[in-house]
Amino acid sequence: MAYIALLPLLVVALGALVGVLLEALVPRRHRFVTQAWFTAAIVVVALVRVIINWKTPSSRVLAGNLSVSLDNATLIVWAGLLLFALGSVVLAAQRFGGVSSFTPMAVAAPGSSDEQTAEAEGVEHTEIFPLMLFSLTGMLLFPAATDLLTAFIGLEVLSLPLYLMTALARRRRLLSHEAALKYFLLGAFSSAIFLYGAALTYGFAGGADYSAIDRAISLGLARQPLLLAGFALLMVGLLFKVGAVPFHAWVPDVYTGAPTPLTAYMAVGTKVAAFGALIRVLYVAFGGLSWTWAVPLGIVAVLTMGLGAIFGLTQTNIKRLMAYSSIAHAGFVLVPIAAALAVTTVGALSSMTAAVYYLASYGLATLGAFAVIMLVRDGTGEAPDLASWAGLGRRHPWVSAAMTLFLCSLAGIPATAGFIGKLDAFVVAWRGGLAWLVILGLAFSLVALGFYMRIVLVIWFGKPSIERAASDSADTPDQPADIVKVPVSLGILMALCAVATLIGGLVPNYFTHFASLAGQMLR
Amino acid sequence: MTGGVTGAVGLAWLLVLIPFAAAAVLLLIGKAGDKWGHWLGVAGLVAPFGLAVAMLAQMLSNSGVESYFVKWFVWIQAGSLRVDAGLQVDHLSLAFVLLVTGVGSLIFIYAVAYMAHDPGRRRFFGFLNIFAGSMLLLVLADNYALLFVGWEGVGLASYLLIGFWQQKPSAALAAKKAFIMNRIGDLGLLSAMALLFAHIGSVNFVAVGPAVAGGGTWVALVGCLLLLAACGKSAQFPLQSWLLDAMEGPTPVSALIHAATMVTAGVYLVVRSQFVFTVSPVAMWAVAIVGVVTLLIGAWIGTAKADIKKVLAGSTMSQIGYMMLAAGLGPAGAAFAIFHLLTHGDFKANLFLGAGSVMHAMNDDVDMMHFGALRKVMPWTFLTFACGTLALIGFPFISGYYSKDHIITAAFDKSPVLGALALLGAVVTAYYMTRLVILTFFGEKRWEDGVHPHEAPGLMLVPMVILAIASLAAGAFLNTRIIGWLSPVTGEPAEIPHGLFEFTWVTGAAVAALVVGVLAGWLVYRRGPVNESNFLLRAADAELGANAVGDVVVKASDGVADSVGIIDRYLVDGGARGVYRAGIGLSTWVRGLQNGKVRSYGLMMGVGVVVILVAVVVAGQVI
Repeated sequence: MAYIALLPLLVVALGALVGVLLEALVPRRHRFVTQAWFTAAIVVVALVRVIINWKTPSSRVLAGNLSVSLDNATLIVWAGLLLFALGSVVLAAQRFGGVSSFTPMAVAAPGSSDEQTAEAEGVEHTEIFPLMLFSLTGMLLFPAATDLLTAFIGLEVLSLPLYLMTALARRRRLLSHEAALKYFLLGAFSSAIFLYGAALTYGFAGGADYSAIDRAISLGLARQPLLLAGFALLMVGLLFKVGAVPFHAWVPDVYTGAPTPLTAYMAVGTKVAAFGALIRVLYVAFGGLSWTWAVPLGIVAVLTMGLGAIFGLTQTNIKRLMAYSSIAHAGFVLVPIAAALAVTTVGALSSMTAAVYYLASYGLATLGAFAVIMLVRDGTGEAPDLASWAGLGRRHPWVSAAMTLFLCSLAGIPATAGFIGKLDAFVVAWRGGLAWLVILGLAFSLVALGFYMRIVLVIWFGKPSIERAASDSADTPDQPADIVKVPVSLGILMALCAVATLIGGLVPNYFTHFASLAGQMLR
Repeated sequence: MTGGVTGAVGLAWLLVLIPFAAAAVLLLIGKAGDKWGHWLGVAGLVAPFGLAVAMLAQMLSNSGVESYFVKWFVWIQAGSLRVDAGLQVDHLSLAFVLLVTGVGSLIFIYAVAYMAHDPGRRRFFGFLNIFAGSMLLLVLADNYALLFVGWEGVGLASYLLIGFWQQKPSAALAAKKAFIMNRIGDLGLLSAMALLFAHIGSVNFVAVGPAVAGGGTWVALVGCLLLLAACGKSAQFPLQSWLLDAMEGPTPVSALIHAATMVTAGVYLVVRSQFVFTVSPVAMWAVAIVGVVTLLIGAWIGTAKADIKKVLAGSTMSQIGYMMLAAGLGPAGAAFAIFHLLTHGDFKANLFLGAGSVMHAMNDDVDMMHFGALRKVMPWTFLTFACGTLALIGFPFISGYYSKDHIITAAFDKSPVLGALALLGAVVTAYYMTRLVILTFFGEKRWEDGVHPHEAPGLMLVPMVILAIASLAAGAFLNTRIIGWLSPVTGEPAEIPHGLFEFTWVTGAAVAALVVGVLAGWLVYRRGPVNESNFLLRAADAELGANAVGDVVVKASDGVADSVGIIDRYLVDGGARGVYRAGIGLSTWVRGLQNGKVRSYGLMMGVGVVVILVAVVVAGQVI
């Protein structure tokens, strides 16, 4: 029974393996299209399976022998992950002018003759798709795990393909390589810290599964330095993955260097998976310790919101801006989590509800924004320099309107899902007794508003020449960026993100219902 | 969406949605719709008219049910407060729906021809459909909050349409004036809603009715605030002056919005809120007095204006004054207010369309001093206009004769002073209409050079003829029927003889007033324009100083606004900008942290690990 309930995860893992076989079996000409459709199909099948699980209450099991908990929280997080992964696959499957976003030949040194040959022959790296599925397997496992070791395996399966894929950008390959190396080094560092924390906790609790830790804490041994140290180190590992300050430094560099579809995948997928795992570890394993972690976590939230918003103000590269945006949003998600408000009645607002809703609204807007970023191009490829976006609204009103909507949602302006997300987050924190956190959070929302509205201003009112003079970046393009043609799949993706963002802001009840069910976690 | 109501009434939401859908298409489709957009606009109101007729048939056949509630969805829910998006279809709202869709459809058809040469015709119809949808929402809503949505919608449409020719500074100014004066009224409606929320926690008509039955000071206050709202929307004293300027809009707009429908929304509000007024005599008297004052002011202004549309605007103001007066008489008069409103909707639309036809013929000139002798060149226009005039002045057995006389009778029942003033208004009405007709259609040609008047095209004439017939017959047709039809909503009126051929001394007095007015008009203007520079007329032409008063008020409020502006600019904006600037400064300063060197990132992480480790472990020991 547990294996059937685990099918979504197994389908994705199996799909990754079959994807590797496809690399060997499918002729080169058809490989990209085949892989793209196959990957999308796998994700859809897994999604259908999640829905079937949702409809069969008997599939909610705490599969202790498998170290996973298949409860409401897992299913909701899985559904979100699969949806966002599907969107990322759509982004990765785009080819502009016949070429994908990924380097034709990763082993060729940048600028070498090998690279030029590969480019001329139209070679492509289609391994990106199975790698995405491998990473997705880890993302699914990480938040479902009920055991520190399983969680660690999820974390590594999630991360390793990402390190690799980060290095595969088609343009600015050196930047991409540098980003991958930084990501790998810092990621390895954080994994080691996580593992050390797991070891200390094991030493304290005598077991690595969350319930054993919870039992040990409830025995009244909470002040043991061994436990506290283990907990702190585990948190560091998790906060690294969500990109919280002071473990955020990799985010801007990696987001800027990675191929854009992958940046989107990291911004939505990794974030959701890591928060899912963070919440489960905090509430299930260390729930008895919440008096120790509430305030430190609140401080981390403030630093993260503040640093993300303030650094973002002066960025001129749109991908880097989105990186700081994702840091700031990690801070906002931490606000309700720090409040540790449990569900009292069905449908009431809890920390989990607020966090899930916030992540959903953030994910939709971010995915949509990255779709727009992929569309805005100049002669050489994507045009991430904000200055070249000036006046885009006059030339492409529909795409610009969609981008404006996504930015409004990210800024938390009413009538968008982002507003409801922020509202719920702050309400939960207020009820959880963290008024100072709410006030600081509101202040940083104001700063973040400034940085999103700056983009809107450039898009609609920017005059190309004036913006160029004001920009201090050296590689300012000569001509303003443009959108040649919106591919159908990207158009649909943007429209869906936009509609969902609006529905989430105007009639949030449909979504808050699901989000409120996410609070039910099996221990 | 049908809220469990079957039949045509269950589709009531379509009445609102069809015009809005048409408006959305018209405004979003761009130039592609220029060829056929106006017909879509017409369809956007004719279709609801058909549905309204079907609803009427259904309600006539189920006479047992007096009102239907068609709920769609829960609109606002917050704590104990709950407002539904629901429609109330009863005899009152249906009468309004038929007026809006019926007269509206005719005016839409007229506008197709009238605006034929305007490059913005598609946009024009888009705005008209916004108006139609909002107006229908206004009269169908089953609570004040939803009514307010329609109320603001018609205000917006009115603003857009008065300023439709925005290249004319006068039109743009008039639009702004109308909008701002309406805001004052809107404030009244909002405050009334707030009071209702605070005291009874609901704004549903059915819930408010029983809850205010006890009366009290706050109920009187609600009544006065509703009256303020009605004054803004219906151009009643002291918020009347925008209506004259609103004539800057295209004539079909004046006919539909500023004569037949929107400006009567205030009367609708007062009649719909009868339950508030019946329990607070103060508010009721206020309504009646506002009505009387306005009916005199409007008529007075009508005697002096040289602009044909402004004469008619003064007349509209005055006639709505009659309706207000009637509405302020309580159950005795409320039904008569609606009766007059319906007949007025017909004949005033008729008159405006006629005026539009004349303007069309005279190269958009509105100055009656340049008209004269148009009877021969425009026989159809003249005939239909004459029908409207007879209806307005209350010629025996024609519309106004019935609807206005009932109001005068009811006013005499309440107080002889009110009755006498209403009668005086009737004299002046007959006088200014005689003046208008003589100056326009009779006498010498006073045309400007190069003007060659011609009869209007058929597409304009058909609606005019239909409305002319309605002007003649509506009074007699509705006279015996309307009171009984409305009684479930307005209550039983006072015993007033309303047989077709019953006469009382009031009837006699009204006919005498008519004769006096017409004779006076004929005596003064039979030889063409006269010197109109006596004190009374100059005062009327200056709209009784309303604009001067307005200027003073505007100057004063400008002063307040300026000082608030300073606070806003330096304190509020300054604060926001300050945060932003500080953020930018901080950002530039700390950006060095993100130096791109992985060793410093690692160091940052390492320091972070140590800090968190120490903090958690130490805190665990101390707390």
